[in-house]
This record gives sequence, structure tokens and C-alpha cells, in this order.
Amino acid sequence: MSQTAVPPSAPPPAAPARRPGLLQEVDWRNYAIYIGFVVIFVLFAIFLADDGFLTGTNLLNIVRQTAIISIMAVAMTFVIAAAQIDLSVGSVAGLSSVAAAMSIAATGNALFGVLAGLAVGLAVGIVNGSLVAFLGVPSFLVTLAMLGIAFGLAQYITESAPQPILNDTFNAIFGGGNIGPIPGLLVWTIVAVVIGAVVLNKTRFGRQVLATGGNRVAAEYTGVNTKRITFTVMLISSVVAAIAGMLYAGRLESGRYQWGTGDELSVIAAVILGGTSLFGGTGSVIGSLVGSLLIGLINNGLILAGLDVSQQQIIRGLIIIVAVALARKK
Amino acid sequence: MTAGLNNVERARAASGPDPVEMRGIEKGFAGVPVLRGVDFTLGPSEVHALAGGNGAGKSTLMKILEGVYRPDAGAIRVGGREVTLSAPKDAEAAGIGMVFQEFSLVPTLTVARNIFLGREPRRFGLIDDRAMVRRAGEILGGMGVDLDPTAELQTLPTGYWQLTEIAKALALDVKILIMDEPTASLTKTESEALFALIKRLKEQGVSIVYISHRMEEIYRICDRITVLRDGGVVLNDDVADLTPEQIVAAIVGREMDALEWEERPAPRGTDVPMLEVRNVTAANGVTDMSFRLHAGEILGLAGLMGSGRTELARLLFGIDRPDTGEILLRGEPVEIANPRVAIAKGIALVPEDRRQQGLVLDHAVRDNLLLPLLDDLRRGGLVDDRRGDGLVARLIDRLQIKLSSPKRPVRLLSGGNQQKVVIGKWLGREPEVLILDEPTAGVDIGTKAEIIQQIRELADAGKAIIVISSELAELLAVSDRVLVLRRGTVTADLDRRDIADEESLQLAIQGV
Repeated sequence: MSQTAVPPSAPPPAAPARRPGLLQEVDWRNYAIYIGFVVIFVLFAIFLADDGFLTGTNLLNIVRQTAIISIMAVAMTFVIAAAQIDLSVGSVAGLSSVAAAMSIAATGNALFGVLAGLAVGLAVGIVNGSLVAFLGVPSFLVTLAMLGIAFGLAQYITESAPQPILNDTFNAIFGGGNIGPIPGLLVWTIVAVVIGAVVLNKTRFGRQVLATGGNRVAAEYTGVNTKRITFTVMLISSVVAAIAGMLYAGRLESGRYQWGTGDELSVIAAVILGGTSLFGGTGSVIGSLVGSLLIGLINNGLILAGLDVSQQQIIRGLIIIVAVALARKK
Repeated sequence: MTAGLNNVERARAASGPDPVEMRGIEKGFAGVPVLRGVDFTLGPSEVHALAGGNGAGKSTLMKILEGVYRPDAGAIRVGGREVTLSAPKDAEAAGIGMVFQEFSLVPTLTVARNIFLGREPRRFGLIDDRAMVRRAGEILGGMGVDLDPTAELQTLPTGYWQLTEIAKALALDVKILIMDEPTASLTKTESEALFALIKRLKEQGVSIVYISHRMEEIYRICDRITVLRDGGVVLNDDVADLTPEQIVAAIVGREMDALEWEERPAPRGTDVPMLEVRNVTAANGVTDMSFRLHAGEILGLAGLMGSGRTELARLLFGIDRPDTGEILLRGEPVEIANPRVAIAKGIALVPEDRRQQGLVLDHAVRDNLLLPLLDDLRRGGLVDDRRGDGLVARLIDRLQIKLSSPKRPVRLLSGGNQQKVVIGKWLGREPEVLILDEPTAGVDIGTKAEIIQQIRELADAGKAIIVISSELAELLAVSDRVLVLRRGTVTADLDRRDIADEESLQLAIQGV
């Protein structure tokens, strides 16, 4: 009954009658983020050459500094493509970092630290996902509340104190180590992006996420379990945020409730810069990665150019506005 | 306004210049000519039908008149004066109003607020709600419509949305009104009210361009007709001087009798019906409904809006749940908890509102067609896109969907082709029971004939089919049997052979 049996009518037609000209209008806006990335990269390479912008160390630094944002942006791409939002990722990362650090301190075992961190992600994800998918509470509200709860909880259980991690294995795996010349964080990023891109574009789940975000009613009427899809993207987002928190913990050899604070804004900006529609229905994991790298690139360039923090913030904001305005579909 | 004044006005109007005169209009998109030198004249107090198939150029021509597109060549005169319409506000200033097929209304606002949206009467810089409600009342009263201007739009039936849309245009004091498929979402009674309103507007000196595919309406209310085909005018004459066959022939470019009933062989198969509904009652309005449907049979559902037609479809597809009663598939009672269960059991629904319920408009045609088939296309966890593309090509070919590329968004297709995509979504799954709710609403006559033919072929292939339609001619053309529904229950179960004509079915629906 559910076979894919299109009756063997006529043989498959040649390419359907094609109106000349229509396919030639390539919408350059789809590529705005890539063009913008290249333009800014070239500009920095020219003007900041003497400040060491093009050195291998500096470029690896950019990757290292943006890795955690990039990884969270992969998951956020799914959330936004499904027409939801997750504002709690930054503080979930912070909570996960302290949970991991405290478990390691208590047990001396890295594995328990990882499990504790993941447990934070699962617990928050299940709460977020259930409230959004099954009770229909807007994700903006649920995750805004969760942002405060997770942050407060992390601060409360640590009494605002940093939780040092003395376990070298943990620190090496999560962000601190290198594989040959390649920073471990780069490996984490590549793995996350590859899995994310394949899942979004090539699996049933990914297609159903896009359909749910594009038109929830039509997706439901076509047999997509839109509640499960919504639940799952919220869960993925929290679990990935928890992993990001452990990457902070490993790289900085401690868990602190401040880790990840404000990251939700960078993550969402990266995803939107990457061409994912804030209204759902479209999404590009590669775009999100480039969006994240672009933000990192701008930060790095502005620091090398000797701007102070306040100037950096203003210029970064302006560049993001220009980039999003250019990428906007008419 | 007295009749005498009307006559004076009409006489004056009749002697004046034509309200709209478009000469030699040409327009192309990306090098593709859409209009090739079109002449179009709208006379004073005239209701002028504009007809043509998908892509014939109707919408483009009217969008030029609304100031949305600028023509590549040609001249436009409004009331005898040459005008340049480079933005919708220019058309508004020239007294041209538009009633959109897709409503341009805000459901959460009141009728009055919708009518004056963006042009609210002000007092001391603030919106003068009382004046707004009063003037909305005057406009609605002038239309002969009894509608509370303070009612929130979303609490009203669709028919009132249409009237609000018209009132919104009239609030601008228009002399020229463009109506695009205004009856597409209206019931018979609502349509009647609209026709009365059109007559009234005509008497008040408003000229109307009436875009429609419905022959019956064209004869009923239109004075003249212009038919476009491939961007050129192929017919322009008084409606009274034309036969329906001539008009249809002009639209499709060939003779056709699509809406002719074809008696089909009685459904073969067993005594066990494919689908049986036994005394089903539900909160959505379906009340003690019972009927049977056999494999290979096309069952038409006739009834007014709210009679239980769409509500029944929602129960069978698992969107709503029955409170009491039983639904049986092949003689086995089934619980249809949600659309996924329905689909797994071989039931498919082509929903009433294809844009909201049937399609992800911004997604490619291929993604829409493959969405229900992703399970079957999986290989090693991934979707096999090559097989998917082959499937898409076959579906496009089978349904004759006209498009430039299956990778382009479905939103760019005409209404008829969009509907074919919704039907195509299900064909790949070979459903046993196919429910089509208003399958040809807003679809041109050529495509309508193709869709009806598809339905017949599916029934011939042994599918059990339910067709819901407000258009009785279509219902009579396609059904083997017609159920008449009223207030949520079946009031008549008629063999198609026993229905003499549309009138007798209409009487049965009205319960006279």
C-alpha cells in the first residue's frame, strides 16, 4: 500500500518544457554570505597584512575562537529552520560546564563528567521540547525563561565559584588538545558541520524539519509528525549546547557559570547571516558555519586593527546589519 | 439614491469616455513575452468578464492596471486621460480598486478596521474609532449588506471576508473595480449576495472587471467578455451574442466537453465496501452520519458550507475525532487518530485550502511532491534523491504539470498547476481512498477538465473516491453517486442517473 508505485504510464519525460531565461536569473542573494566572507577576508588580508592577519597562527586562532559558536549554530540551524528559536543555548552551555566540572571533581572520572554534562542537555531539551511541541508554548518564551533558570542554577550550585578541572583526558578531548597541527576544536566543528549538513539535506528528518518550518499545517496534513519534529529540534539544540559547554570547560580547564553567556545572540546571528530564514522553512548548515566564521573574522580583524571593545561592538553590529540587509530576499 | 438620479448618472456616464482603455499593452518577464499587444476597453457601468487559461496573461494585465507592473509598451487611459500607473497608489488615485482572490485582510481586526486599514479617519491625530465604525456601516449599508462593523473578522464566515474586501475597495470611492475569482470561496447563497451587490454597484456607475472561470457566472452578470490566450486577445464580444461553447473554445483553443458526465461501469468488487461510516457524530458538526463507499466508485458530497462536507473529510483523515459511531475500512473498524494513521491506512486528502494546508509554498515542486514519500525513498538512512527525481519527473508527466523546473518554488505556479502538485503528492502512495475537497477551486477550465479526467482514471484503477465541490456542474460531471448533506447529516443518497440536472440537485441541497 505504501510502495512508491507511480503507474508505469509514459516513459519518464525529458526535461520538462523549459521557458528560456528563467533559469538564468541566478539569485546572487543566496550567495551573499559567501561573497561577503571573501570580500571581508580579502580586505583584512590587504590592510592588516602587517598586523599578522594572514599568519597560520592567527587563522587557526579564528577557527578556535569561533568553533564553539559554529557548533551551536549547526543545531540552531535546525531549530530556526523548523520556525522555532532557542535562547537558552548560552546558559545551558554554562550549566553543562559546571555540571561536568563538579562531577569530575567528585568522582575523579572524566566519563561521569561527560555524562553529567549530557544529562543537563537532555533534561533541558526535554523540558523545552515538551513545552513547545506538546503544550504549544512559544519557544521564544520557554527558552527565554530557561535562559534565566539555567544561568541561575549554574551560579547557585557553584556559589559563583569557578570549578577547576584537573582531569587531563577531559581537557584534551574537549577543546584543549590538538591532533597533530590541527586543533581539536576544529575537528569537533568539522564533525558537527558534516553531520548537520547531511542530516538537514539528505535525510527524511531534515526534509521534515524544513517542511514543518515552511508550513506546519501542510506538513501535518502530509503525514509529518510535526510535534515530534519540533520536540526533536529543541532537544538537539540543548544537547549540542551542553556539548559546547563541555568544550568551554575543556578548553579553559574549568567550569564556570559565565561560560557561554550571551552566546545565543552570536549563534542566532551566525545562522541568520548564513541565509536561514528567521521564519522557518529554509536552512543552510554550511551557511551557518560561514556566518559564524564571518563574525569571528570581523572580531579578529577589529582587534588586530587596534580598536577597543566598545568600537568593536559598534562595527560588528553595523556589519551584521549590512550583511543581513544585503542577503534579504525581496 | 433614487432610480431617476441613477438614470441621469448612467446617461452621463454612457456619453463620457470609457473608464479604462488599454492599447497595445506589451509585457515580458526575463525575455519571455507574457502580453503581446493587448487591447482592453472597459465601458461605463459595464461588468466585463476577463477569462483565459493559466498563464494566458490575465493577472499580468490586471497587475498593470493596478500599478504593480509597468508595461513594456502601450498606453493606458483612465476616464479618457492618459495615465502612468507606476505604483498601486497611482491606480488608487485614478479610482481603480482591487478585490484580491487571496484576502488582504487582518483576521484579528474588526471589519471596520480592516476596511480603513492604513487610512483610518483621525481626530486630533488619533484614530477616530466612532467615525470609522459609522462610515464602515454606511459603506456596508450601501452594499446592502447586514454586517456588524465592530465584529472581529476571524469570527465571521469566509463569505463576509469577501464582502469586507469589497467594502475596503469601495471605501476608496472607486469607479473601476477589479474582482479576481470572487466566488471561489463562497457558498451559493453568499455568491447570490455578491451578484446582487455587483448589480447595485453597476447601477451606481462602477465598472467592474470580473475575472472568472465559471461560465454560469459570466452569463449571469457580465455584459462583455475578453478572452486572453498566450498573451493575446482571442475573443472580445457581448456575452449575449456568444454560446458557452464559443467561450470555452476561445479559452482552451479547442472544442471540449469536460463537464459532460460520463457514465462509468458500476464498481466491480465485493460486497464489502471499501469505506463505511456508521452513525458517526463528532464535535465538529457531523451528526449521526452513515454511508458506504465502494472501491472504484466516485462519491460526490453536495451541501452548503458548514453542512458537514469538509468536517467529514477531517474525520476520515484524522484531523478531528468522532465522538460516537464507527468508521470501517474493508469491513474492519478503524481508529483514525491523526493524519499519519490515515495515510498509513491508505486514506489521502487533497485539502480545501491548497495554499495553507496542501503545500509548502516556498519549497520546490519536487520537495512538495516527495514529502509524503520520504519513507519509501530512504536508502541507508539517506533520501535517495536520484530515485526521487525520477519519480517527480513521472508525476509531472502524468499530471501534465506545467513548470519551468521542478526545483523552483511551487508558489510560482498557477493555481491549477499548484492543485496538480497537491494531487500528485498522493499519487505516488497509491491511496485506496482519496478525498478531494474543492479540487478545482480557482482552476481554469482546461486544467479542471484534466483534473476531472485524473479522478476518473483513479476510480477506474479501483480507488474509492470522495469529491467535495460547491460547483454542482462539476459534481454532476464526475460523480457516480451524490450524497446530499445538511446540518451535518446525510439527507439524500442519490444515484447520478436519477439526478436530472443541476437545479434538482440545488433544490435537494437547499432542502426545498
